[in-house]
Amino acid sequence: MAEKVLKKGNEVIALAAIRCGCDGYFGYPITPQSEVMETLMEEKPWETTGMVVLQAESETSSINMLYGGASCGKKVMTSSSSPGLSLMCEGLSYLAGAELPCLVVNVVRGGPGLGTIQPAQSDYFQATKGGGHGDYHLIVLAPSSVQEMNDFVELAFELAFKYRNPAMILADGIVGQMMEKVELSPQKPRWTDAEIQQISGSWATTGKTADRAMHVITSLALDAAVAERFNEKLIQKYNEIREKEVRFETIKCDDADYLLVAYGAMARICQETVEMARAAGLKVGLLRPVTLFPFPSAELQRLAPSLKGILSVELSAGQMVEDIRLAVEGRTPVKHYGRLGGMVPDPGQALEALKQLFSI
Amino acid sequence: MKEEIIIAGFGGQGVLSMGKILAYSGIMQDMEVTWMPSYGPEMRGGTANVTVVLSSDRISSPIVNRCDTAIILNQQSLDKFEAMVKPGGLLLYDPNGITQPPTRSDICICKIEAAEEAARIGNAKAYNMIVLGAYLKKRPVVQLDNVIRGLKKSIPERHHKLIPMNEQAIRRGMEAVIDVC
Amino acid sequence: MTIQEIIQPKNNVYGKTPVLTDTVMHYCPGCSHGTVHKLIAEVIDEMGIQDRTIGISPVGCAVFAYNYLHIDWQQAAHGRAPALATATKRLNPDKYVFTYQGDGDLASIGTAEIMHACNRGENIVVVFINNAIYGMTGGQMAPTTLIGQVTSTTPYGRTVELNGYPLRITELLAQLEGTCYVTRQSVHTPVAVRKAKRAIRKAFENSALKKGTSFVEVVGTCNSGWKQTPVEANNWMVEYMFPAYPPGDLKDR
Repeated sequence: MAEKVLKKGNEVIALAAIRCGCDGYFGYPITPQSEVMETLMEEKPWETTGMVVLQAESETSSINMLYGGASCGKKVMTSSSSPGLSLMCEGLSYLAGAELPCLVVNVVRGGPGLGTIQPAQSDYFQATKGGGHGDYHLIVLAPSSVQEMNDFVELAFELAFKYRNPAMILADGIVGQMMEKVELSPQKPRWTDAEIQQISGSWATTGKTADRAMHVITSLALDAAVAERFNEKLIQKYNEIREKEVRFETIKCDDADYLLVAYGAMARICQETVEMARAAGLKVGLLRPVTLFPFPSAELQRLAPSLKGILSVELSAGQMVEDIRLAVEGRTPVKHYGRLGGMVPDPGQALEALKQLFSI
Repeated sequence: MKEEIIIAGFGGQGVLSMGKILAYSGIMQDMEVTWMPSYGPEMRGGTANVTVVLSSDRISSPIVNRCDTAIILNQQSLDKFEAMVKPGGLLLYDPNGITQPPTRSDICICKIEAAEEAARIGNAKAYNMIVLGAYLKKRPVVQLDNVIRGLKKSIPERHHKLIPMNEQAIRRGMEAVIDVC
Repeated sequence: MTIQEIIQPKNNVYGKTPVLTDTVMHYCPGCSHGTVHKLIAEVIDEMGIQDRTIGISPVGCAVFAYNYLHIDWQQAAHGRAPALATATKRLNPDKYVFTYQGDGDLASIGTAEIMHACNRGENIVVVFINNAIYGMTGGQMAPTTLIGQVTSTTPYGRTVELNGYPLRITELLAQLEGTCYVTRQSVHTPVAVRKAKRAIRKAFENSALKKGTSFVEVVGTCNSGWKQTPVEANNWMVEYMFPAYPPGDLKDR
């Protein structure tokens, strides 16, 4: 087993990128995730793996650099935080529309506007419902530990290429800034030109050779009938993702009367809440969605009938709670508890909220 | 075993790096660890604090509402964190600059004249290691040799020549810590 | 000698380059785009780099450039082509990467991207079509629209008070350390066409020499947008556009 090191979540994103054979990182500094690019620049991967690292002039430019790199079948990524992600939404829509695989990391901070640099989960809607224009989805992974910051980089690329769709790691200021023990992935080489041909050779812009037709990467479909067919194809893809890629973790759900649903750092805090509740004789469990798109709706539907209530605990004014309500379709009461603007509830506050909202 | 520690003071006092060394020492002792800093403008001279959790089991929350130990290095932090120490817990503080000392009677309160000791050994940079020594004396959650191994991991190789000086400072802190109540 | 004897491959003195597709261009009769497309195709053909060239098309009339050149294409969001080109070139240093952009795309919404790509000295080719109007959306004011010029959003003529000055972006870019070759061409006469082709060829050759960014502006006509016949448009361009945007090399390093 590899040695375990103590690293910040943001640093680990950078190290995992190098180690999984990422071809290029393009980004723009913003708190609380600047350590990602800082770590990459310090590591100088262009001297070892050949990975390109470039500080772009804006997030708008970063995301469009991803469009260029991804068009060539390369593993490319960027990272940013909430205001930067808003700028990237145009590009994300184009990437989804052109069916390009890439990785975008959002280390979420409080909004709206310039907001605060403190942790938040208020970009859930933006991440899971689109953000940019058009009927599209990103594949969204929500790490709740530094180890998952490492593991999800490779997983995100894997899913992105499997479905030819942008993937997002939706982290938050806590997971990005905290240090934990982490086992870094082993170093893998970047894909060779031959491997790129094998994986993406049917569509990537690798140069038109005499033996094949030209490749065009575009999201433009002026003819309404063509555009509708393309949208239907996208929906089919999203449905396949919904069917095959749902990931979640359950803690003490089997005999639970009440269920907490929380993701990312908030799920860590709620684990403690579950322990506190159990110690006080309350049968409380936790469901932690690991993928936010696709959302673990079926599992919630399965659990709902035996529950007295579900509490969605989020660092937002209530965003994921809407997906929970859609999933359980009124089979059990669903309530929301959240802190806003960068404030983080401690495990006790979450327990108090549960008791109060369900009059326990 | 689980120890939740909050370290708080001014930016520049070595609060975050003390926490990091403590966390690394925990890893050397096969413990689970989390290190969660306050971040942002604090880095540049305001108040800074870090929560370190050391545990023999998987750690759930890196954010705590109560702590086993508070290590306090300025008045603002004392005002903020004194109430968070669990009954029976430890509050360790440097009295330098403290105008209103802690008042709780249900916790163990200790002080370490770390600023003064650092001046005495002529090395202001050893300040946080003196505080760490004082803490380890009261709460030997990690062994000294694991702390030295943790130090080696958390500071760059080019600074390894400073490790003996750091060890000396930790030992000095162990000797100089004073029980208040 | 019969006609059949004359029509033989060995007697060909001119032909369509195979890098151009057989697709009928959607450009209006008289538009400069088609000529510039042909020149790029010929340069790619003559340099033998068809399998190593990646084009980036813009948003605007030339969005469909990918229908006309037999190479791999990426179609960018409005103004972002230089960002795509940056990553494409850096990740594929052995490829020839060019953007093809109009005045709205390059000099208005994409100003940041072109400035920074040129300032970094990306080893790419930029072909910039300046016809002082938005063609595809139906003749609105462009950043390069002349003072007094009538467009659908300056129906009484562009005024400095309301719209500021025509943006001489090419002059700006020539100031940047990262550009190695900045030139302004046109394609309204056979002589101009030949000169423009030489400029495009030079730009592509530069990109292999890693000298920095090569930037070729082509002052063009939009007779539909200008509401003129092709001949009138050419004359209008010479009379009014050239004083504001004089043809010639601005920088050759």
